[in-house]
Amino acid sequence: MLQTNLEHVESEEQLKELIENNEKVAVCCGRMGPMCIPVYDIFEILQGNYPDIQFLDMDFDIPAAAMIKGLPECRKFWGLPFTIYYRNGKVAKATSSIQTAKEVKSVIDEVFA
Amino acid sequence: MQKYDVIVIGAGPAGLAAAIYISRAAFSTLVIDESSAGGQVKTTHQVANYPGFIEPIAGHELAANMRKQAEKYGTKFKLAVDITALQLGDQEKWVELDNEEKITAEFVIIATGSSPRLLNIPGEKDYKGSGVSYCATCDGEFYKDRDIFVIGGGNSAMEESLLLLQFVKSITVIHQFDKLQAEKITTDKVTTNPKVNILWSHEPRAFYKKENKMVVEAENLKTNKRIRLERDGIFIFVGLVPNSAFLKNTPMQLTKYGYVITDPQMETNIRGVYAAGDIRDKRHRQITTSVGDGTIAALEVIHKV
Repeated sequence: MLQTNLEHVESEEQLKELIENNEKVAVCCGRMGPMCIPVYDIFEILQGNYPDIQFLDMDFDIPAAAMIKGLPECRKFWGLPFTIYYRNGKVAKATSSIQTAKEVKSVIDEVFA
Repeated sequence: MQKYDVIVIGAGPAGLAAAIYISRAAFSTLVIDESSAGGQVKTTHQVANYPGFIEPIAGHELAANMRKQAEKYGTKFKLAVDITALQLGDQEKWVELDNEEKITAEFVIIATGSSPRLLNIPGEKDYKGSGVSYCATCDGEFYKDRDIFVIGGGNSAMEESLLLLQFVKSITVIHQFDKLQAEKITTDKVTTNPKVNILWSHEPRAFYKKENKMVVEAENLKTNKRIRLERDGIFIFVGLVPNSAFLKNTPMQLTKYGYVITDPQMETNIRGVYAAGDIRDKRHRQITTSVGDGTIAALEVIHKV
């Protein structure tokens, strides 16, 4: 279980439901490691600034994470966390490894504007 | 324009220690940071040498505790914001955040710390997370039974190499000198491992991708000849750089490496502006020394207010 204040995605069904029922969804899939924690923290801070976006996290080692790992956009990812931005049920952007607040905000502006 | 007694720029241990002291003294304190709170501590797996914790504590947990402690005493935070303009004069001090709001204070404490150094060569950013990595703990298992490069020869490079050796088939260390800079005990463990070889006196100049392989173009610093080598991935550990770029257009005195020069009371050459923690020009950089710096800066400010 990830120790964050984000909503945790724990099953494929839950993720599918969240993507289907929300226009803008961002999922950070990782572990409690040095590259992942800063991204979870940034998500937590940005939750207040972007109430229309669902910011979520997901443990990289649970079976449901196969849904993220199996995405074509993540096929060449070799760095945690895998961060996926969904818009209208489809992957709009995916990033690998640590991202700064500026990089995350830039992606949000790009895909959710 | 909003006004606080003290603005602390940087939410690592130095900034948070300063904020705890100043807030407890009942002065209004704002901590700002371009990221979240915790600085480098939050990305440290475990902290085993911080007094008061008999068992190692997770870095992110220690960082969260420091932030909560500051909040408890009334510190306000503005996190994940950019400083888009800055005035640091003897008389006037203000910061502008995200081109939107201006905040002024009588005192400013700079505690922006340092960050892992990037090589800033072609290909590095393009392949971050898909061939280029900065964390053995996080990404080592993606390279199980594969051949990798490690760039660097200092303590972090060797310690991370030891961890990577649990996963990978081989490591080629690329180092700019003829000798590794890391502590001997760690260096010996790495260099005596048959899976390790070292390319001395070379520096990477560019990274490319060739099918599924990462290619390093490296220059021999003695002959200036360039070679190209292929492996499955590249791990970079080449030290730290001070986060002082935002101070370049201020009158702040910096060393040639970008560290802030202070007196023993942490005051800079600008009256009312202090620096604490890893951003400061000093010899030892530990969580405890940062907390000490932040405490001294805070007590000086409290004394002057």
